[in-house]
Amino acid sequence: MALFIKGVNYEYITEDLSNKSELLVSSNPVHKKVPVLIHNGNPICESLVIVQYVDEFFAGAGVPSILPADPYERAIARFWAAYVDDKFFPAMAGIVLVPTEQERVQKVKETFAAIEPLEEAFAVCSKGKAFFSGDSIGYVDLALRSLLIWIEVIRRMCGLEIISASKTPRLAAWAERFGETAAAKKVVPEADQALQYGKKLQAAASAAAASKSK
Amino acid sequence: MAGGNGELKLLGMWSSPFVTRAKLALHIKCLPYEYVEEDLGNKSELFLSSNPVYKTVPVLIDNGKPICESSVIVQYIDDAFPGVGPSLLPADPYERAVARFWAAYIEDKVVTSWAPVFRVKTDEERAEAVRQTVAAVEVLEGGLKECSGGKGAFFGGDSVGYVDVLLGGLVSWLKANEPLTGTKLIDAAKTPLLAAWMERFCELDMAKAVLQDVDAVVEYAMALRARLAASAGNN
Repeated sequence: MALFIKGVNYEYITEDLSNKSELLVSSNPVHKKVPVLIHNGNPICESLVIVQYVDEFFAGAGVPSILPADPYERAIARFWAAYVDDKFFPAMAGIVLVPTEQERVQKVKETFAAIEPLEEAFAVCSKGKAFFSGDSIGYVDLALRSLLIWIEVIRRMCGLEIISASKTPRLAAWAERFGETAAAKKVVPEADQALQYGKKLQAAASAAAASKSK
Repeated sequence: MAGGNGELKLLGMWSSPFVTRAKLALHIKCLPYEYVEEDLGNKSELFLSSNPVYKTVPVLIDNGKPICESSVIVQYIDDAFPGVGPSLLPADPYERAVARFWAAYIEDKVVTSWAPVFRVKTDEERAEAVRQTVAAVEVLEGGLKECSGGKGAFFGGDSVGYVDVLLGGLVSWLKANEPLTGTKLIDAAKTPLLAAWMERFCELDMAKAVLQDVDAVVEYAMALRARLAASAGNN
């Protein structure tokens, strides 16, 4: 999405995470995870590090910025992006990945608690405009948008509405607006495909827990 | 405009390694600030209103505007005071990405593995947390090799940079780990580059000015452990 916003062309390679390529393992030896951006032969890892790199490298007159110019606003954007990654995402992923019902109930509680500050943050950050960063898609928008597909998967798997017009009206409206942008239409995966993958992840997590407890 | 009037206030707690990071960054940039020691058992109104999401230290307040989360604060200090003192992040976008990668590694792998050492109740859980932390530190040795380019003394190259500040804030606690758990987290035999880095870092004026006394940290952590054990006994 960051590359799309910047109008940068790139070659996309789908990795089979159960059979990682030599290129992936040598480019990200520490984590062996995706995404990895390889630019001029240099690998850059960790999604938010990649987004900042793309923002800084492909900067210039007429090119949209992903992070704001003002240092204080940058700090606020970094704070909320870190919140999405460190507080919201682990709780939400836990709904699919934890093995027991008791743990799942806990993760659901944590997720619904974690979305509330984001609903408030949207009001403060957007200042009445369309996105967290104002008129155009920015850093926090990207950080949270990439998780919307999984919010949809959880809705289909568990019937839970983490973002809803009744409880989080600002985020629900933001999600709908974002879905209409060219960036989302070009880049976001299909919900059905994600649902199949989500079910696979859940099955794998249960199997791993079951074999651990033997 | 940020960084205009020089009214910087840091809300902290003496033992917190995350507060130490903010102090190191302010020291490197020679930025004067007012330090406020928070009583975390009786949080002030200013503190609660400045960090309602996490209610943790540090909080940097610049002309009344709060910034929370230590790595965000350190980056803010670098961004908001560009002409003042050295830059913490390099100018080149790729080198910045490498620095940010290792900064994220310290948070997600080193700190996350290590924090349970001070929260868990059994010796087995503590030993497992220490084991995972040691493994993460061994990978970080590779990070120092990569960032310093083999020629420099620090993650930032010839001088202290962003990653050095983030790891530097943890130094007193890194040293305290051995008296607390019997294991050296930075062991010259296993991670010689990091051991040399730590020695070098502690010789710097900023470290001497800011790092906590290791014995005081050990005493603090042992009191914390005793309180945890007592509350476990009461359940």
